Amino acid sequence: MNNVLQLVWLVPFFPLVGFLINGLFRKQLSKSLISIIGSGMVLASFVVSVLLFTEVKNGNTHVANLFDFISFGSLSIPFAFQIDQLSSLFLLIITGVGFLIHVYSAAYMHEERNDHFGRYFCYLNLFVFSMLLLVLGANYVIMFIGWEGVGLCSYLLIGYWFKNTEYNNAAKKAFIMNRIGDLGFLIAIFWLIAKLGTVTYTTPEGTGVFDVFNKLTRTDYIGITLLLFVGATGKSAQLPLYTWLPDAMAGPTPVSALIHAATMVTAGIYMIARSNILYTMAPETQSVVAAIGLATALFAATIAIKQNDIKKVLAYSTVSQLGYMFLGLGVGAYTGAVFHVMTHAFFKALLFLGAGSVIHAMHHEQDIRNMGGLKKHLPVTHLTFLIGCIAIAGIPPFSGFFSKDEILAAAFAKDHLYYYLGVAGALMTAFYMFRLYATTFLGKFRGTEEQKHHLHESPAAMTIPLIVLAILSIAGGFIGMPEVFNMGEHKLEHFLAPIFEASASYKEVPHLDHETEYMLMGISVGVAVLAILVALFRYSKKPEVHEPAGFGKVLADKWYIDELYQFIIVKPMQWFARFLNNIIEKNFIDWLINGVGRTVNYTSRQVRLLQSGLVGNYVLLMVLSMLALFVVKFFLKK
Amino acid sequence: MLIERYIYLAIALFCIGIVGVLARRNAIIIFMCIELMLNAVNLLLVAFSKMHHVAGVAKSASAGIDGQLFVFFIMVVAAAEVSVGLAIIVMMYRNTHSVDVNFLNRLKH
Amino acid sequence: MIPVLLIVIPLVSGLLAFLIKQEKSAKVWALLTSLVTMVVTILGIAVLHKPEYLQTNVPWLPNLGSSFSVTMDGMSKLLCLLTGIAYPGILIATWNTSYKNAHQFFALMLLMQTGLMGVFVASDALLFYFFWELALIPAYFLCSIWGGERRIAVTFKFFIYTFVGSLLMLIGIIWVYFHTTDHSFAMSSFYKVNLPGNTQGWLFWLFFLAFAIKIPLFPFHTWQPDTYEQSPTAVTMVLSGIMVKMGVFGILRWLAPVLPVGLWGWGDTAATLCVVGMLYASFVAMQQDDLKRLIAYSSIAHMGLMGLAIFVTSAVGIQGVMVQMFNHGINIIGLWIVVELIERQFGTRKMSELGGLAQKAPSLSIMLVVVSLANVALPLTNAFIGEFMMFNGVFGSKSSNYHYIFTVVGGISIILSAIYTLNMIQKVLYGNTSSLTANARDIRFNEKFVLAVLLIGIVVMGVYPKPMIEATRHAVDAIYSKMFIKLP
Repeated sequence: MNNVLQLVWLVPFFPLVGFLINGLFRKQLSKSLISIIGSGMVLASFVVSVLLFTEVKNGNTHVANLFDFISFGSLSIPFAFQIDQLSSLFLLIITGVGFLIHVYSAAYMHEERNDHFGRYFCYLNLFVFSMLLLVLGANYVIMFIGWEGVGLCSYLLIGYWFKNTEYNNAAKKAFIMNRIGDLGFLIAIFWLIAKLGTVTYTTPEGTGVFDVFNKLTRTDYIGITLLLFVGATGKSAQLPLYTWLPDAMAGPTPVSALIHAATMVTAGIYMIARSNILYTMAPETQSVVAAIGLATALFAATIAIKQNDIKKVLAYSTVSQLGYMFLGLGVGAYTGAVFHVMTHAFFKALLFLGAGSVIHAMHHEQDIRNMGGLKKHLPVTHLTFLIGCIAIAGIPPFSGFFSKDEILAAAFAKDHLYYYLGVAGALMTAFYMFRLYATTFLGKFRGTEEQKHHLHESPAAMTIPLIVLAILSIAGGFIGMPEVFNMGEHKLEHFLAPIFEASASYKEVPHLDHETEYMLMGISVGVAVLAILVALFRYSKKPEVHEPAGFGKVLADKWYIDELYQFIIVKPMQWFARFLNNIIEKNFIDWLINGVGRTVNYTSRQVRLLQSGLVGNYVLLMVLSMLALFVVKFFLKK
Repeated sequence: MLIERYIYLAIALFCIGIVGVLARRNAIIIFMCIELMLNAVNLLLVAFSKMHHVAGVAKSASAGIDGQLFVFFIMVVAAAEVSVGLAIIVMMYRNTHSVDVNFLNRLKH
Repeated sequence: MIPVLLIVIPLVSGLLAFLIKQEKSAKVWALLTSLVTMVVTILGIAVLHKPEYLQTNVPWLPNLGSSFSVTMDGMSKLLCLLTGIAYPGILIATWNTSYKNAHQFFALMLLMQTGLMGVFVASDALLFYFFWELALIPAYFLCSIWGGERRIAVTFKFFIYTFVGSLLMLIGIIWVYFHTTDHSFAMSSFYKVNLPGNTQGWLFWLFFLAFAIKIPLFPFHTWQPDTYEQSPTAVTMVLSGIMVKMGVFGILRWLAPVLPVGLWGWGDTAATLCVVGMLYASFVAMQQDDLKRLIAYSSIAHMGLMGLAIFVTSAVGIQGVMVQMFNHGINIIGLWIVVELIERQFGTRKMSELGGLAQKAPSLSIMLVVVSLANVALPLTNAFIGEFMMFNGVFGSKSSNYHYIFTVVGGISIILSAIYTLNMIQKVLYGNTSSLTANARDIRFNEKFVLAVLLIGIVVMGVYPKPMIEATRHAVDAIYSKMFIKLP
């Protein structure tokens, strides 16, 4: 039954077709047709992905070689897709969540002009296509193609409202920050080629990177994994390259949900999970990954506490949650990290779409200080948003609890300090999420009369995806139910086992005894509940409407990191560029080159004086030279 | 007759010509001095040719007359030069009312 | 036969074009003959690939040991193709531009094509030099007659600069010629010459200067931004799209195989110049306001990468250079076309005076975005293939001591290129319209057509580069092995 698996090329093919149709005929097609094509193509991919998933679930995997991409000498990079447990799981997330967001977008973006609406869907389809390339690629180069492709789509979609210069700046920043990471990724690829002569993950003949990784030395392991991780910090918005993600909220809200929460930003986790064996062999890098992940998780959480833009809070929360995933990867809990990618995709997409619904109702108002009391006006949005908040806060049995718990348990096993810091992050997560929830939905409405007049629940095309995602956020955790609960094995772990098999054979993931595990769960849940209660108590009646002062201001201003970068990187670079352009180029290099010309000019001006115009002088010179020749010829030669 | 005597005469003529060209500013005199130098060379050519002929005639009847041929060429060319040169001098006189060559130093500027 | 046709067709038609007085008919004539040349090129590459069609060898200056020998081998194929298809593209894209004394303009353009084709097919050093100069002379007249305000001073510099380089190369060629065993200028004799190491060292610099000025490599680049800025855009396209490739081609064909020891000895020095130039040009590009100057500097950066890949001598890198020469030509011509369209419509190339074109001219904007993305070597565009292979070659180089540093430092230029390219896109396309662009219209059909073809080409070559790699593979192997045969 490998026939089904050979259909894998259909998965990226559909969105590509959607991209082409919507791109070429965006002026001719009507909006409804555009949205049907756009979402329909992703739905088709989803259906194929489900088919593939059922097949993969039976333990079948497949590599589909489409054609030779680059091949030279011994280096051969085929354009190939690999469908296995990891990629099929990501396929489901991308196409499933992607489809819901497409449907949601059709309603959310309805006010756009026809051709812009087409442009939007065309970008969105292109994004899905690139993302699918990223996870389906059977080698690092194809992954890199998707990797840059999603970066491009992210750029295009952040700058979707291109008249606004600030949005464009945000888009540019995202692309450039990503490019910094991409350089790391690219060099890692070259390194692999130089050492192993291949970039393919694995081949039946056993010549892939993951088959012959033993040839690498310790330096290679550390170098390659660190460089790959540099790529991941760019794409997945980790310290120090995270600053683009909050700015990326300039894009339309469904874009933030799809690209900047559910899919693209998790590419870094996918990449490391894919290369897990290399990381397992490089424990030094693992510590770096865990440290950076944890630092990011805490750092972003502190900023999120004081943000007042509904999307900014969610953006920093995303950065923070991505940090948790990296912590999971760093401590060797690959399954936990992937699990968290999945649950996070559900609840964060839900939260963003909920925020979109709120923004839609409030006529593009994003400041939560002007909201409040939306509970009764937007019942569906309210309820689903609350579910999302509970899920991210890690309250059982919602999905976020299981995945976060798994990561924290692994962190505990590795180092207690990781665990305590992780719990501190979870505390902040619960706190800022419920601060957001309370300020937005509880209390009294603080907007203008006009806004109040227009408040309405969003159309069905927007609420249905919310409901579906809410259900997933509640139930999504059960596939990764830990064994402690005696409800059978950890299904996800079992499913993903072949991917992490090699790593597991090198380093056993430490298992905690049941009592410890219950204790850990108790601590994290207790802390979360406490934070939720404090937040609700503090903000539901008397929300924070004043400008923060003191330390709060430092947090609200994001620790001044943007300003710092501006000061230590951007400004010096511009200064340096100006120096090169105005001083070196004009006054040095060109001066040198023109100097050659000037020397010639000067010499000729001097020599010209010989040309006096007096015939006598010329004749005298002639005679003298003849005499000189004569003397040389007859007297000096011998 | 020794060849040296011809050579001394030719050198003397040539030097007179050079000094004349160098020292005088009158175009016509310079011109005459140039002719003097040409004729000094002619004299040498003829002299060498004549002396050389004696040695070479044993091999070939026409040996050594090349030099004398050259002289004819030079004389013809010199005649042509004279016509052109004198024409230039006449034009020069018409334009500047002088035959002083130092008036014609505009190349300098 | 084919290479001779490639030289003769533009030559004859160029000379005939001087006689056509009407602008319109001169244009049509130029387009028709360039189309014929294109067809012949494609025939030579795709259909008639037997050696007897692709090689011609007749005595030229037998006393000197030089013959009129031309071949279209794996190395020249792609560049001939580039020259062949670029010309009709350039002519169609600039169809609506009018020139004074148009017949002379097109005649000179065609003569320049003769020179370019000649350089690429010549397999005799003296013939190569002959065409090398032949390509320069029409370029000089084209820039100095139809150029911008400062054209005289700028073209003078351009001409003198490149000419000095060429003369140095001529000295080098003659030196090598005197050391060939059979006193011949033929390529095969040149390849057999085995000079002592230190002689190769200084000969390397004679050739290197000529090619470095032409490419141009830092710090010999200062003629280039001025010339690109001042030339009429059609000429700029030929200069930057094709003519600068002569330099790279020259290194690959006449420097690397003839003086491999010199290249090894000085490779790291030259490569350092290339890397410094890449960064330098990228930084300077960030400061430009004039679109033409920006693209000129960006081109310097990209050409620097090609130089780097050659001077660290790795087979993959050289293969990448081969592919990239073609791709860069296509991309930069695309960029120039867009610039030309913008300049013709708004009368300015200053980015600060433009803006908001995305609202008014969506087709133009899409074209600019795609070509710019190709310029930053985004995957699935053609430039990615070349840059990937070149960087890969640099990283894996075995003959350079500093190849890791070169990769990393050169890689920074990838980031910088994203910065200045996105800046350009933002300033030209996004934001609100300026007073100039408020009434902008979109592009015409012929312009759209050329750009669409380019765009499809960019993507197709980016997705399926295999034919291009295959076409040059043997040539690369040949060069690479020649570089090793002479190793002491």
